[in-house]
Amino acid sequence: MSDPTHDLPLTGAIKTDGTPLSLREYEAIGGYAAVRAALSGLAPADVTARVKDAGLRGRGGAGFPTGIKWALVPMGDDAPHPKYLVVNADEMEPGTFKDRLLLEGNPHQLIEGVILAAYAIQADIAYIFLRGEYTVAEDRLHHALHEAYEAGYLGRHILGGPWSLGLHLHMSIGRYICGEETALLNALEGKRATPRTKPPFPQISGLWGKPTIVNNVETLCNVPPIVARGAEWFKGLSRTPNGGTKMFGVSGKAKRPGLWERPLGTTIGEILDLAGGMRDGLTLRGIIPGGASTDFLGPEHLDVQMDFDTVPKVGSRMGTGTMILLDDRTCPVGMVHNLMQFFAQESCGWCTPCRDGLPWVQKVVGAIEAGQGREDDLDVLRRHARLLGPGLTFCALAPGATAPLGSALVRFKDDFERHIRDQRCAWN
Amino acid sequence: MPTIFIDGKPVEIQGNENLLEALIELGLNVPYFCWHPALGSAGACRQCAVTQYKDEQDTRGRIVMSCMTPAVEGLRISVDDAASKEFRASIIEWMMTYHPHDCPVCDEGGECHLQDMTVMTGHSYRRYRFDKRTHRNQDLGPLVNHEMNRCIECYRCVRFYKDFAGGTDLDVFSSHNHVYFGRHEDGTLESEFSGNLVEVCPTGVFTDKTLKKHFTRRWDYTTAPSVCTHCSLGCNITPGERYGELRRIRNRYNRDVNGYFLCDRGRYGYEFVNEPRRPKRPMRRVPEAAGNQFREVTREEAMGALGALVRDGGPVIGIGSPRASVEANFALRLLVGAENFYLGLSKDENALMAATLEAVLEGPARQPSLGEIPKHDAVFILGEDLTNVAPLAALHVRQTVRNKPRARARALGIPDWNVLPVSRVIDTERGPVHIATPYGGKLDDIAASTFRATPDAIAQLGFAVAHAIATDAPDPGPLPEETRALAARIAADLLEAERPLVVAGPSCDSVEVIRAAANVAWALCRRGRTTAGLFYTAHEANSVGLEMMGGGHLEDAAAAVLEGRARAVIVLENDLYRRADARLVDAMIEKAGTLVVIDHLMTPTGIRADIVLPAATFAEGAGTLVNNVGSAQRFIEVLRPAGEITESWRWLRRINTAAGRSTVTQWVDLDSFLRELVGELPVFARIVNVAPPASFRVGGRKIPRQSHRYSGRTAMNANIAVSEGAVAQDLDSPLAFTMEGFPRMTPAKLMASFWTPGWNSAQSITRFQEEVNGPLEGGDPGIRLIEPAAGDGRPYYAPAPVASAATGTLLAIERLHIFGSEELSARAPGIATLAPTPYVLLHPEDAAAVGLAEGEMAEVLLTDQLPVRLPVVCAPAIARGVLALPRGLSGLPFVSLPASGTVRKAPVA
Amino acid sequence: MLSDAIKQEIESHIHEPEHRAAACTEALRIVQRERGWIDDESLAEVAEFLGMSPHELDGVATFFNLIHRRPVGRHVIRVCASVSCWVMGYEGLREKLLAHLGVEMGETTADGRFTVVPNQCLGCCDRAPALMIGRDLYRDVNPDALEAILEPYR
Ligand SMILES: Cc1cc2nc3c(=O)[nH]c(=O)nc-3n(C[C@H](O)[C@H](O)[C@H](O)COP(=O)(O)O)c2cc1C
Ligand code: SF4
Ligand code: FES
Repeated sequence: MSDPTHDLPLTGAIKTDGTPLSLREYEAIGGYAAVRAALSGLAPADVTARVKDAGLRGRGGAGFPTGIKWALVPMGDDAPHPKYLVVNADEMEPGTFKDRLLLEGNPHQLIEGVILAAYAIQADIAYIFLRGEYTVAEDRLHHALHEAYEAGYLGRHILGGPWSLGLHLHMSIGRYICGEETALLNALEGKRATPRTKPPFPQISGLWGKPTIVNNVETLCNVPPIVARGAEWFKGLSRTPNGGTKMFGVSGKAKRPGLWERPLGTTIGEILDLAGGMRDGLTLRGIIPGGASTDFLGPEHLDVQMDFDTVPKVGSRMGTGTMILLDDRTCPVGMVHNLMQFFAQESCGWCTPCRDGLPWVQKVVGAIEAGQGREDDLDVLRRHARLLGPGLTFCALAPGATAPLGSALVRFKDDFERHIRDQRCAWN
Repeated sequence: MPTIFIDGKPVEIQGNENLLEALIELGLNVPYFCWHPALGSAGACRQCAVTQYKDEQDTRGRIVMSCMTPAVEGLRISVDDAASKEFRASIIEWMMTYHPHDCPVCDEGGECHLQDMTVMTGHSYRRYRFDKRTHRNQDLGPLVNHEMNRCIECYRCVRFYKDFAGGTDLDVFSSHNHVYFGRHEDGTLESEFSGNLVEVCPTGVFTDKTLKKHFTRRWDYTTAPSVCTHCSLGCNITPGERYGELRRIRNRYNRDVNGYFLCDRGRYGYEFVNEPRRPKRPMRRVPEAAGNQFREVTREEAMGALGALVRDGGPVIGIGSPRASVEANFALRLLVGAENFYLGLSKDENALMAATLEAVLEGPARQPSLGEIPKHDAVFILGEDLTNVAPLAALHVRQTVRNKPRARARALGIPDWNVLPVSRVIDTERGPVHIATPYGGKLDDIAASTFRATPDAIAQLGFAVAHAIATDAPDPGPLPEETRALAARIAADLLEAERPLVVAGPSCDSVEVIRAAANVAWALCRRGRTTAGLFYTAHEANSVGLEMMGGGHLEDAAAAVLEGRARAVIVLENDLYRRADARLVDAMIEKAGTLVVIDHLMTPTGIRADIVLPAATFAEGAGTLVNNVGSAQRFIEVLRPAGEITESWRWLRRINTAAGRSTVTQWVDLDSFLRELVGELPVFARIVNVAPPASFRVGGRKIPRQSHRYSGRTAMNANIAVSEGAVAQDLDSPLAFTMEGFPRMTPAKLMASFWTPGWNSAQSITRFQEEVNGPLEGGDPGIRLIEPAAGDGRPYYAPAPVASAATGTLLAIERLHIFGSEELSARAPGIATLAPTPYVLLHPEDAAAVGLAEGEMAEVLLTDQLPVRLPVVCAPAIARGVLALPRGLSGLPFVSLPASGTVRKAPVA
Repeated sequence: MLSDAIKQEIESHIHEPEHRAAACTEALRIVQRERGWIDDESLAEVAEFLGMSPHELDGVATFFNLIHRRPVGRHVIRVCASVSCWVMGYEGLREKLLAHLGVEMGETTADGRFTVVPNQCLGCCDRAPALMIGRDLYRDVNPDALEAILEPYR
């Protein structure tokens, strides 16, 4: 068990000095073996089946089973072409910093995942849609792509076989909504990145109306080890029925905030322990478990296992798995205000509730924080938390905002009320 | 028909629509913004929310957007449940956070969809207490006013302007609650369809700028159903009058013609009616005065003189007009006699119209109506720059490219109304539109191929396409290889289509082009494509009606006069200087003893007249126009004209009476006149059914021209006289000039102003359609007078041999402009400012060959014509060897085209 | 005029010739890298090069966060304003930075050296607060160290 990638398939090989693995280094630990194996021995459907059997679920936040998604792509001779595979590397959800490590630390693993996924759906062209601010990742991906093309893993007739794939790096010019997969497709097409109607789903009608799969960076980084080592191994990594490991992170006033790969099903408390617990003198008041658009949990939830099915049972979501801590010296109203500022600013402006509702929410929370709250403000907020919820807006951005808002209104009710009563913020 | 359940009650629906459409068809009041019947669903505004239940047991349900929900069998919904009601009210509340609440000073007030929806949803109490964001407005040119602060961000404007109309200079900027709809910098909107924003926008962001200077609330207009007179298509319009002035034009829905939209010429050309210097009484030349001076005379004096002129022996020549109604032309023909009646078309124009009529009457191909064009899925355009010649046809052709992507989307389970996924693939998979024209046009952006060539070469391409479709169609002979290949490609596209369409018209001044187009359509028909359509444009509003009447052309008339065969000439609504060389017209007028001109405006011809009679415009009288596809449509008076202005046909009847001709003066009103017309000219037999007779009543009453809320009926003229004048009577239609009557029971085809309780905006139209986007209840207005020949029809046309042009000469052809080329609209100030100044259009290389460059002054020398000096405009998208001169622009003398000649640098004067 | 080098670089982002306009966001990035911001002339040039209308391109340009349609300083400082940085003292950092440079958020220093803008989460939340200057990321920023951080940017 000396292979560091056995238990930690995503990060085990990442070097601690912060430099990325070169192609040679990656190949030395077995990199691109899965591509060789798949292209010479597996039918595309076999790759999909293996990913499906492994129980891999999307790491972009929604947790949709990856193999099932791929299986929806039209296959066969009369399938429309070009087909596309798109990597969602837009990581912009506040509190989320997991894909950055994978992109900067081992870009070849992502590229290998892309090749395998593209092979599985018989894509012709793939894009990595990378956040504009990730300049280090940009440079490293550039270099790694060059290496991969040179080595014949990309381009025409990969490894001398019949199949070809072009993989291009696309730098975003910045907007949270680009992370939403259909908005991302519009951005890739050079259009305003407003989301698209679903159905039709991208698998059927995506980039330029052609079949397209959008997957998160972490999702795709899981594919090479799955293809190489098999579904059973992957399932065995997890402590719950959700297969595999997960990138977990902590930000906020912990002793050692950070990012770790651990089995799915690791508890919130264990993750907090990795961060060394709260800073001295601070008490934990709230946890946003997986990026800004998940509901607040509290200190009573330390035993909750982080996976796709367990967290919802206590009223939140695992989301991106990177949690944000609220301590007792930080104003919950201020924190909600900051979050609402984010969501209001990042609304794409397409649908009414989000475009016009979120700025209102932001202003009300801001007024409360500034000591100008009114009696009926909480009603206004509660109504918005309800009316911007899932299914009511065009995409999931606004419902994402209602998650911390709605849960904060319950969990930190007293704090909101005190602000209004005292007409000031006790933390300032 | 599927059944859905609303609050548990079963109802039947059509079955191919979305839930919002189904609910509208059921007459329910469901509010919406981003959905528009022509633009489809976007799902953006979230206003049309209703609650959907899984099954009978489900009592909570979930909120869905009805516009994005297929209306399928067994669907269970509620519109009135508390949850969806609360959500719908919230949508308005959100929109109102920034809306300025400036309804009292807003031009949209009273016909504002936002007002209607606000009332409908019950949002009435304002809870938002923070600042509003504000925007800067833009100057969008003379036609459309911009007040961005009223925006509720439904995205309809860009969806219409860009996606539907193909405009490129209106867009949406910025994001979140800063989204801004406008141009990237101030400037005149470039789309010929910009005025539709006024009706598409559900609030007051885009309003009619020409209306601003004489603004009137919606309910204070006097309106009547009418027809646009500014091109041959005959779009249906609703003119609005107040205080004796024509104040605006709005679209009047007719599925068969224009649907929901008008072009800007049609919407804004109306201001010529209000021109202050229009003749309002009969006028006689002051013979001894220098220059052209007229004095107003009484009707009696004018009729006395004209009666004597007609009565006292010697033939009088009548020159009709393609912009005058069937009635007016017929009245002239009746007055002067068929043998002395000339159509008022030049010889060339007449030949083109004759060729068009022959092709549609004697061939097997059907002319689709304008409104049917969007159903066609492959189009071949020969010689027509549709955007400038027949603008709504261009708008409709633009929609045809969606049919192929739509079919593909359907196969993926995406219904037609879900337009955005369909639009997405339109760039790469649009249906074929092939355009063969001498110079580039605004449809080129959707063209599968463009072929820039002389009219003769375009005709040859057409003949080659026909031959490629059906080998028995004659081959035009040797052609360049690329032309042959293109012909094969076009033929293949047309054959593959379910509904191919061929479009042509008179713009190229080429009978050959018209015949080539006919051959293509006939070849398709004979290859079993019975759905193939043949769509010809025509020059003017009643060109087809005039040609159906029959008569000689202008050059014949001139010859008759010059040979001394006439003592007097009566010119009806026609400026002869626009149709013939000034030297010919001058000679004719000099030779004619007396020149009588009946027209709306003073024209160069009118100025030379001895007697001028002031004619009613479309707004001031009734009459019938036959559009390009032979559909007869009635326009009805909205405006009691000033002074002695009346319909031309009434003037002509008076002359008849004054001349003591009792036999032809039986008729006093339109109905009796039409009976006489039909008796004489059976081709017009169905014209009497175009609109109900004047005796038609609804519940014993006439149909009101004014709304129930019309203000100031008895007081509006109190500054002039306090006693209420007698209500004007209209002998020619069943419409009354007042508000009495039963508007909701009026047949929709007679309705000008659509309104039902709660629906005060243009959106009310859906309440008067049989189904969404269907015909008006009880049928659309208009009756076809022309049908294609039964059976196989006449044989193919044989291509004429092409004469090769002399080297070193250029072929001069004409180019039409939507703004400026049409006589009447060009006199409207808004349109006039958009009209180009005269120029000569050349290929840059042809210009360079004679040492000319863009902007330089050229002298155009054409065979047998006076030289013209014009600045050069260069465009690569014009065929080599061709130069184009704009038609009818103010300041440009008539040039007989096509003609050959040369250009050179204008010598310094 | 777009230089040949810029044109070539833009072309290298056109991966599917039938979708030229898809390269427009990359083109804006490239031109902005050269010129600092996208003025109307640049916008028109890029639009023409890619076969778009300037209106459409401006609709795209103004939608996104990282394209400047107004002049900026030689170095753009993006201060992360999102939640983890906020918890870790973004507001203090911001005030200190603005006071040091003598500008408000969104403004450019009088010498044209810096423009300060807020940025959404920079994706290094475990090392908050963070900021970027140009392409360079700074984490665990101590407000007292600001001067030294800014020093090399002339
Ligand atoms: C507003 C919004 C932002 C999102 N941002 C991201 C993102 O930055 N990265 C990501 O991978 N997924 C993001 N998602 C989720 C994607 O839409 C999509 O579900 C995901 O990329 C699918 O990949 P997966 O199946 O591999 O998780 C976002 C979703 C929404 C609604
Ligand atoms: S929810 Fe927000 S981000 Fe999503 S479409 Fe609506 S406005 Fe855009
Ligand atoms: S009309 Fe249905 S969402 Fe706008």
